[in-house]
Amino acid sequence: MAFLEISDLYKRFGAVDALKGINLAVEEGGFLVLVGPSGCGKSTLLNTIAGLESITSGEIRINDRAVNNLHPSQRDIAMVFQSYALYPNMTVAQNIAFGMEMRGVPRAEREKAVAEVAKTLQISHLLDRKPSQLSGGQRQRVAMGRALVRNPQVFLFDEPLSNLDAKLRVDMRTEIKRLHQAMKTTIVYVTHDQIEAMTLATQIAVLRDGVLQQFGTPHEIYNNPANIFVADFMGSPAMNLIPARIEANGGGVAVVMTRDGSEPLQLKVADGKLSAHAGRDVIFGLRPEAITDLSGADRTSPRVVNAECHVEVVEPAGADTYVVTRLGGREVIGRMRSDMHVAPHSTVPFAFNMDKAVFFDPESELRIA
Amino acid sequence: MAHATQETAVRTNVVVRALIYTGLLFFAGYYLVPLYVMLVNSVKPLDEIRQGDMMSLPALFTLDPWYSAWSTAQIGVQPTGLKPYFINSIVMVVPAVAISTLLGALNGYVLTKWRFRGDGIVFGLLLFACFIPFQIVLIPMARLLGLVGLAGSVSGLVLVHVVYGLGFTTLFFRNYYDAFPTELIRAAQIDGAGFFRIFWRILLPSSGPIIVVTVIWQFTNIWNDFLFGVSFSDVDSQPVTVALNNLVSSSTGVKEYNVHFAGAVLAALPTLIVYIVSGRYFVRGLMAGAVKG
Ligand SMILES: Nc1ncnc2c1ncn2[C@@H]1O[C@H](COP(=O)(O)OP(=O)(O)OP(=O)(O)O)[C@@H](O)[C@H]1O
Ligand SMILES: [Mg+2]
Repeated sequence: MAFLEISDLYKRFGAVDALKGINLAVEEGGFLVLVGPSGCGKSTLLNTIAGLESITSGEIRINDRAVNNLHPSQRDIAMVFQSYALYPNMTVAQNIAFGMEMRGVPRAEREKAVAEVAKTLQISHLLDRKPSQLSGGQRQRVAMGRALVRNPQVFLFDEPLSNLDAKLRVDMRTEIKRLHQAMKTTIVYVTHDQIEAMTLATQIAVLRDGVLQQFGTPHEIYNNPANIFVADFMGSPAMNLIPARIEANGGGVAVVMTRDGSEPLQLKVADGKLSAHAGRDVIFGLRPEAITDLSGADRTSPRVVNAECHVEVVEPAGADTYVVTRLGGREVIGRMRSDMHVAPHSTVPFAFNMDKAVFFDPESELRIA
Repeated sequence: MAHATQETAVRTNVVVRALIYTGLLFFAGYYLVPLYVMLVNSVKPLDEIRQGDMMSLPALFTLDPWYSAWSTAQIGVQPTGLKPYFINSIVMVVPAVAISTLLGALNGYVLTKWRFRGDGIVFGLLLFACFIPFQIVLIPMARLLGLVGLAGSVSGLVLVHVVYGLGFTTLFFRNYYDAFPTELIRAAQIDGAGFFRIFWRILLPSSGPIIVVTVIWQFTNIWNDFLFGVSFSDVDSQPVTVALNNLVSSSTGVKEYNVHFAGAVLAALPTLIVYIVSGRYFVRGLMAGAVKG
């Protein structure tokens, strides 16, 4: 039995269906990240877990207890908000202690707990300040402190880092990860940022228009996307999604893509499953890091296919150089080593690691192989 | 070159400033003249006023008119001065302001943070109260006060002013709380605070500016009200505005202008004090509401 279980969850706002049948299960100590484009229902899902929004139908269980009808304060959860939501009229110490005060914890005990949490988060010197006298990063810490002091069964974070500058965001990300490893408390975390999702999560749920697209480990989501949406959403730069055709080729099958000004590119694939689609159009997906220069290709992969392609644009990015070519009418990005001096409008050999190839049905957008 | 243009700029600046200040002084004077006339004539003996020069300073300074206006002048049938009516006004205005402000704050809180089906309509109806002329409600209100047994009492006046002020106070607080982050309410809910605790501990302590605006608005309106006072009060529950009118327009004997002036200043004093004490916050509060809460 999972620690946090969400089954067939529906949430309707008037005429808007914000959540349409969500099913999720997180193990105790898991770190679930909810990602998806703006308006897909991430915050709504988090708020229903917190009890801040009622649900239309379905069930939410925490530690084997249905919490559907419990008040937020009785669900044994703590939440960190995007705006931090610190009470402006109270000091940092009062902010952290407010929940305990509401539960009637004696003053001495409250002070002890506040001091402890402040020490963990290194905000002891800020305890007497008002939130308006804190920097963004400090407010963030106080907001975390207010959640930590509850010692809840589940932490809920709604885009906690999105108001911080890039550097601080990376630092806090590491800190959250460290805290999670130390406390081992179950966390549900909402973010826009798919790098945050990949680095923090033990499980990722990708949402779109209130529908769960895929639920799995970061590795599964990244390498085995269930559909075109997930493939396109996760990863930066995004996965190349190329209109192509499957054709029988000698013993096996090949994926064939049109090219401007030269004959179509044929890449051999040996997957038995694909032969069923011979003669049909597909969407061929391959991440930029699987399209490289020859010497940068993955040597352990059994299926690297080399082919000459015309280079349209070269974008040096420090560690790597992104090289853009055109296949099937789409821009296709490959990632080459930065010391490869590729000239635009030249024709150079590319190595395609077909081991990483994924294929989608262009109609249903679902994965076929 | 640059130096020269800078100097010209400074000089035009001085000229513009001089003009602006002249204008401001003129208007300030214009508005202060009536106050000056009232104050100067309230400390003159009646004879001196009769001689005709309203603008001159008193030749003989006396506080007798003030004393008379406060405690001995004939108002109605009794020579009580304004004092008992002043007290009536205070007994009326303090609870009326406090209750209407508090209810307005609660309304604003519910209308923005505990939204319910049809809340827009409720707010619209409350707003409607701001646009109903006083005269229209006089007769129904008199009937209502009679029905609940509050006719002719100070409590009745409190009720009338609370009901009439609710539209404005709700409007003020609703707009202020609309900009108040809902996430704070949610955080407090998770922390286990209920409806009233959130109101007392989170919302009200952050409402300083709008409370000042509402209190000033309500205080001046209720203190200065004449129509409700004259319509719904008895002899022993009349507010000071009505008493002042009776003082000035009492037909017996000579017109004691100096006493009238002193009485008028006395009656206006509380609103004046409220403005002077909290005017700074008033402007700040209005700004806070206008730009961002
Ligand atoms: N109180 C509400 N009333 C009506 N519709 C709502 C309400 N709250 C959310 N919605 C709708 O539900 C959908 C999901 O909203 P939600 O806030 O969960 O999105 P989100 O994924 O958190 O987006 P973002 O990344 O921008 O924060 C949106 O279409 C939104 O318009
Ligand atoms: Mg959101």
